[in-house]
Amino acid sequence: MAVTAPILNAKSIDLRAARKPRSWWRDPILHVLSRPLGLIGAVIIILLILAAIFAPLLAPFSPTAQDATRLLSPGRPNWLGTDEFGRDILSRILYGSRVSLQVGGIAVGIAMVIGSAVGIVSGFFMGAVDAVVQRIVDIMLAFPAVILIIAISGVLGPSTSTAMIAIGIVYAPNFARIVRGPTIVIMQNQYLEAGRVVGAGSGRLMLRYVLPNVAAPIIVQATLALSTAILAEATLSFLGLGTQPPDPSWGTMLGTGRKYMESAPHVAIFPGLAIAITVLGFNLLGDALRDALDPSLRDV
Amino acid sequence: MSSYVIRRLLLLIPTVFGISLLVFSLMRFLPGDVVDGMIGAEDSFTPGQRETMQRLLGLDRPVHEQYLSWMGAVLRFDFGSSLRSAKPIGPLMWDRLQVTAELALLAILFSTLIAVPLGIIAAVRRNGIVAWLAQVIGLLGLSVPSFWLALLLLLLASRQFQWYPAIIWVSPFDDLRANLEQMLLPVLAMSGSLIAIIMRMTRSAMLEVMNQDYIRTARAKGLKERIVIARHAFRNALIPVVTIVGLQLGHLLGGSVVVEQIFGLPGLGSMILTAINQRDYPVVQGGVLLIAVMFVLINIVVDLLYAVSDPRIRYS
Repeated sequence: MAVTAPILNAKSIDLRAARKPRSWWRDPILHVLSRPLGLIGAVIIILLILAAIFAPLLAPFSPTAQDATRLLSPGRPNWLGTDEFGRDILSRILYGSRVSLQVGGIAVGIAMVIGSAVGIVSGFFMGAVDAVVQRIVDIMLAFPAVILIIAISGVLGPSTSTAMIAIGIVYAPNFARIVRGPTIVIMQNQYLEAGRVVGAGSGRLMLRYVLPNVAAPIIVQATLALSTAILAEATLSFLGLGTQPPDPSWGTMLGTGRKYMESAPHVAIFPGLAIAITVLGFNLLGDALRDALDPSLRDV
Repeated sequence: MSSYVIRRLLLLIPTVFGISLLVFSLMRFLPGDVVDGMIGAEDSFTPGQRETMQRLLGLDRPVHEQYLSWMGAVLRFDFGSSLRSAKPIGPLMWDRLQVTAELALLAILFSTLIAVPLGIIAAVRRNGIVAWLAQVIGLLGLSVPSFWLALLLLLLASRQFQWYPAIIWVSPFDDLRANLEQMLLPVLAMSGSLIAIIMRMTRSAMLEVMNQDYIRTARAKGLKERIVIARHAFRNALIPVVTIVGLQLGHLLGGSVVVEQIFGLPGLGSMILTAINQRDYPVVQGGVLLIAVMFVLINIVVDLLYAVSDPRIRYS
C-alpha cells in the first residue's frame, strides 16, 4: 500500500485532464433519439407524462362533472364529445393517462423487481434452486395470463391497486426467464471468480457483479412490458374488474362506451385511440432501446 | 427422440400438479361462494338452508379433502359437475373447446398466410413499398388493442354493410357458411397483433439468413432468386417462425376471453370468466387445467417440429 499511496493522492494528478468517462446511459439515449422511430416513441411518451402531470391544468372540464348534454358529438366546447353521463371525454382521457401510467409503471416495477431477483438467484445457484424456480415459472407461464389476472383481481377485489399487483405478479415470470440466461453466461466469467476470491458473498456478487451486467435486457424488457401492462390494465377495466367508475380509466371508458357504439361511437373510439397511441409509443421506444443496448438483437 | 418426448411428458406432471394447486387455492381465496350467488340478495334463506346447500355441494368439507377428491377424479378424467347447473363439466368443456379451438386455428391460419409472405418480401426488398407497409403493420398491429379493433370492425360492418353478426353460435358442422360468417370479425380482431408478431419474426429471421454464406453460394451457382429464397433461405428461417406461431397458438387457446366476450362466442375463455363470477369452482379449475395442459403440449410439439424443419437438431 505504501508504494501506491502517492499515486492515489488526488493532489498529485490533475483529474481535469483525464478523459471524461463514457456515460453508460448517454450513448443509448443518443442512439434512441437519433432514430426517427425511437424519437417519435420518446416524444409520445414525454407528451403522455406531461399530460398526466398537468391533467388538471390541461383538462377543459372536470373529469367527473356531469354538466353537459349526454352523448354529445365532438365539437365545441367538448372537443371529443361527451359520454353517457354528459362528462367531457377529452378531460377524462387526460386524467385517464394518470391511471394508465401509474398502473403500467407500478405493475412493471413489481414484475421487474420480483422477476429479476428470482431470475438472478436461479441462474446464480443453479442446481435444485434453479429446478424448483423453473418449474414455478413454467406453471405461471402455462397459466392463461388474462384469466390469472382476473382471478387475482377477484381475490383482492376490483380496484386500481389490485390491477397493479395482479399484472405485476403475472408478468414477473417473463423477467425471470429473460434474466436467467444471461446470468448463467456471466457466472462463467473470471471476474466473478475474482470477486469470490476477494471475499465477496453471494449477495454482493449478485448485486454488484451480476445485476449490472444483466441490466440491459431488464431495461429493454421493462419498456416493452409497459405496453403489455397498459394493455392488460385496459383489458381488466374493460371487463369491469380494474379501475372502478367514476374514476376515468381508458379501459373502463371503452367498456362502457361499447354500449353506445351504434348511436355515439366516439365514446369508445377516442379512449381506444389513446390506448393505441400510448402502446405504440412504448413499443417504439422499447424497440429503439433494444437496438441501442443490445446490438446482437438488432432488427429482431 | 422418443426418450426426449417421454422426459418432456414427465415434466408435465409437476407442472399440471402445480397449476391445479394454484387454481384451486386461488378459487378458495375468492370472497363468497357459489351459494351466495344462487341466493343472491334474497334474505329469505335461513342460515340452516345455507348450510344444507353447502353440504349438498360438498363445500363444508375441509379444503384439502376437497382438493384431493377433485384431483383424484380429474386423474380418472372425471371433471365433476358444475355447482351452478349440475351439468357434467367434461362435455361442457368439449363444446366450449371446439369454439375456442376453431377461433384460434382460423386466426393463426389467416395471420400466417398474410404475415409470412409479407415478412419475406419485407426482408428481401428492404427498401420497397412492401417493406414500408410491413413496418407500419408491424407497429400498428402490436399497438391496437384487440377489443378496440373488435368494436371498430363491428361498427364498420353495421354502418357500411348493414351487417350484424348472429347472436346464437352456429356450429361449423351444422352450417359451415353461417359459422364462417360469424367467425369473420372475431378472427380479424384477433389477427391484428398476430400478423404483426409473426411478420416481425419472419422478417428478422429472413434478414439473418439472407446474410449467410450459403445464400451467396446458392446465388453464385446461378440459382434463380426465387429458388434461393424459397428453398435455401426460407427453409432456414422457419424455426423461429414455427416457434412463434406455436407459442401464439398456445396463448390463443387461453387468451381470447375479451374477443369471445364481445362477440358472444361460447368459448373456453367466456366459460371461465362466467364461472369465476359465479364462484363455480370445478368449472374454473377444469377449464384452466385444460388450457394449461394444451399450452404445455403445444410447446412440446413446437420443440419436436424443430427437428422436422432443421435436420441438424436431434433430441437425445
